[in-house]
Amino acid sequence: MKTRLLAATVAVATVTLTAACGGGGSSGGSSNGGSGSTTLTYWASNQGTSLQNDKDVLGPELAKFEKQTGVHVDLEVIGWPDLLNKILAATTSGQGPDVLNIGNTWAASLQATGAFMPYDDAALNAIGGKDKFVETAFATGGAPGKTPTSVPLYGLVYGLYYNKKMFSDAGLQPPTTWQDLVTDAKKLTDPSKGVYGMAMEGGSYTESVHFAFIFGRQNGGQPFDDSGKATFTTPGMVAGVKQYVDLMGADKVVNPSSVQYKNGPEAPGDFAKGKAAMLMSQNNADNTLQADGMTPDQYGVVAIPAPSPLPPGGKDVASFVAGINISIFKNTKNKDAALKFVKFMTSKEEQAILDKPFTALPVVKGGEVNFTSNKDEADTFAQILATKAEPLPLIPAESAFETNVGNAVNGLLAQAATGKPVSDADIKAALTEAQDKMAAAGS
Amino acid sequence: MSVTSIQVPVEEAARSSRPARRRPRLSWQRATPYLLVLPAILLELLIHIVPMLVGIWMSFIRLTQFFIANWSAAPYAGLGNYKVALDLSGPIGKGLLHSFTVTCVYTVLVVGFSWLLGMSAALVLQQSFRGRGFLRTLFLVPYALPIYAGVITWSFMLQRDNGLFNHLLVENLHLLDNPPFWLIGNNAFVSTAVVALWRSWPFAFLMIMAGMQSIPDEIYQAAAVDGAGIWQQARYITLGLLRPVNRVLVLMLFLWTFNDFNTPFVLFGATPPHSADLVSIHIFGNSFVNWNFGLGSAMSVLLLLFLLVVTSLYLGLTSWRNRRA
Repeated sequence: MKTRLLAATVAVATVTLTAACGGGGSSGGSSNGGSGSTTLTYWASNQGTSLQNDKDVLGPELAKFEKQTGVHVDLEVIGWPDLLNKILAATTSGQGPDVLNIGNTWAASLQATGAFMPYDDAALNAIGGKDKFVETAFATGGAPGKTPTSVPLYGLVYGLYYNKKMFSDAGLQPPTTWQDLVTDAKKLTDPSKGVYGMAMEGGSYTESVHFAFIFGRQNGGQPFDDSGKATFTTPGMVAGVKQYVDLMGADKVVNPSSVQYKNGPEAPGDFAKGKAAMLMSQNNADNTLQADGMTPDQYGVVAIPAPSPLPPGGKDVASFVAGINISIFKNTKNKDAALKFVKFMTSKEEQAILDKPFTALPVVKGGEVNFTSNKDEADTFAQILATKAEPLPLIPAESAFETNVGNAVNGLLAQAATGKPVSDADIKAALTEAQDKMAAAGS
Repeated sequence: MSVTSIQVPVEEAARSSRPARRRPRLSWQRATPYLLVLPAILLELLIHIVPMLVGIWMSFIRLTQFFIANWSAAPYAGLGNYKVALDLSGPIGKGLLHSFTVTCVYTVLVVGFSWLLGMSAALVLQQSFRGRGFLRTLFLVPYALPIYAGVITWSFMLQRDNGLFNHLLVENLHLLDNPPFWLIGNNAFVSTAVVALWRSWPFAFLMIMAGMQSIPDEIYQAAAVDGAGIWQQARYITLGLLRPVNRVLVLMLFLWTFNDFNTPFVLFGATPPHSADLVSIHIFGNSFVNWNFGLGSAMSVLLLLFLLVVTSLYLGLTSWRNRRA
């Protein structure tokens, strides 16, 4: 009996630990051509309307690169929900691509893993010098004072999209203060028709944390102090989160169902179908809006407004410096070819070609916003990036900030959507928990 | 098996008249069984035991984002990860305890109802009637479907706006005015439990049905002659003779349900709502979402220890009862 018991126990142990250890088991295949010609593996993030669209856009450019340099590039396009996990798996196993795209807010966190090649002076010279990049964009390459491990590739920034027809039908002008925005949104909301003032991606922790940051800054908050210590629970941060959650809760200008939207085309879809009059989104929403049948003259874009007058310590921040950066894996066997490829992708010519289909802002100096035929829209986005955008905190704990605070805000949105009022105390408790979790985990 | 493999050479040696022949140790006959199990043992080591040991080792180091590119550089944490996981006044310990409690309730409900449904269905289908084969097949469909396909279909049905459930409840039956959320808030727990139940009860049904096939009809006939009614037959014969089957079945259901990762992950992604924060996805979140593999591993080991204790107690207790009976 005893042996059988032991055997069963061991079997259980095995089942449990394998279950618990399961997870990001995927590993990327890195390849180097070996005989004669060089082959690079490139992981591209999903910037177009679909993974296939990305392949179609990048294919001819990679062929051009091969013709110029003789280096063949194996392309793999990876969707956003999988990208970070795949990078982590590649980092852990050491089996990664040669070159890859990252969300620029992860730059400092991924830099801390030590998996990426630092762009020292020699490397920067090889890709055309750091002076070719727009400074705000280049600053997102890693923690300040450290050798950056990524350089900017595509620029993105938040704006407030509004439906021109719905606004003119209601006799409204695009809002210039947050109070205006809420009043307009209330006027435009009619739940009986399924029409709401604002579209929201309420299930996406990344969206939630972005707005926690933007509105936190407007209210005088700062997620981290100068020494890098988390300060999520300051009155400014609490007020910022409240400003966002109230759209769903107190103001009731958001469809409660959108609390289930995550990283997908749902929120821009609501806006494109006339079910929401406004949408706060990064400029690549243009892609989805047009795929859903909207033409660029049907919507306008202004900066996301701040409360007026600004709360004490607040800043008129309308976005963070969003975008995609490009990195080289440290253990690549083709460093020279990889550098050539980064130089190619960040060249002025390629930027002008790629910014259009990917609706991105240029990250190199002298580039022009060319993704939209609507000049006002192009000017607005360029203006926001130049004057109203701050980078997210460039510290290793940034990814932990994103997940913990983002999920806390998602929880509050869910509470609001199910009809339970969200008080300041609720917000403070949720943010305190997020902050304590990060401290306890030592991240 | 070990008995025969020893006996055979001994008998041979006894039969042979030459005492000098003392090399049965290396004989093929003796080595064959070991050679046969060798590939299995090697694979078992490779696939299960080594990762398990690596997991235990990981739980003793501070394996955060700073060290995942070079594990060997991660500082030794001693029991640090365990202290954090078990510090019930801290946020992480509190979270783990909450998740553990949720999982216990979830497991009791899912295993209990799975067994009850499986038992009832098997009892009903024991009688021969028209359409029995069809029903048997129908009941097994959830078990035969790929997990992902099944659960993602549920997640569509449970959507608030376009989901089948709310359509039925609000628009067809007019039971509710406001469509509720099924995948958010406290309803999320109920939804997860129902989906898991849907997935696991056919297995209980299958096992119990197979067990019932082996109970000879004569025993029922004899009991009927002695005056036992339907309930007495079910209670004393069916349940009594099914005890060995049930013993294994409940254990398997318990382990599968307690470790269930697929159901919550497909329904909610990496971060489930608070009410449905089951322990395996909670551990996944601590490891992969927060990039703290040391802490995640420590939680895994704790989960392992808990399941070991429960399993040993369960097996010990049931075998003790068996021997007494």
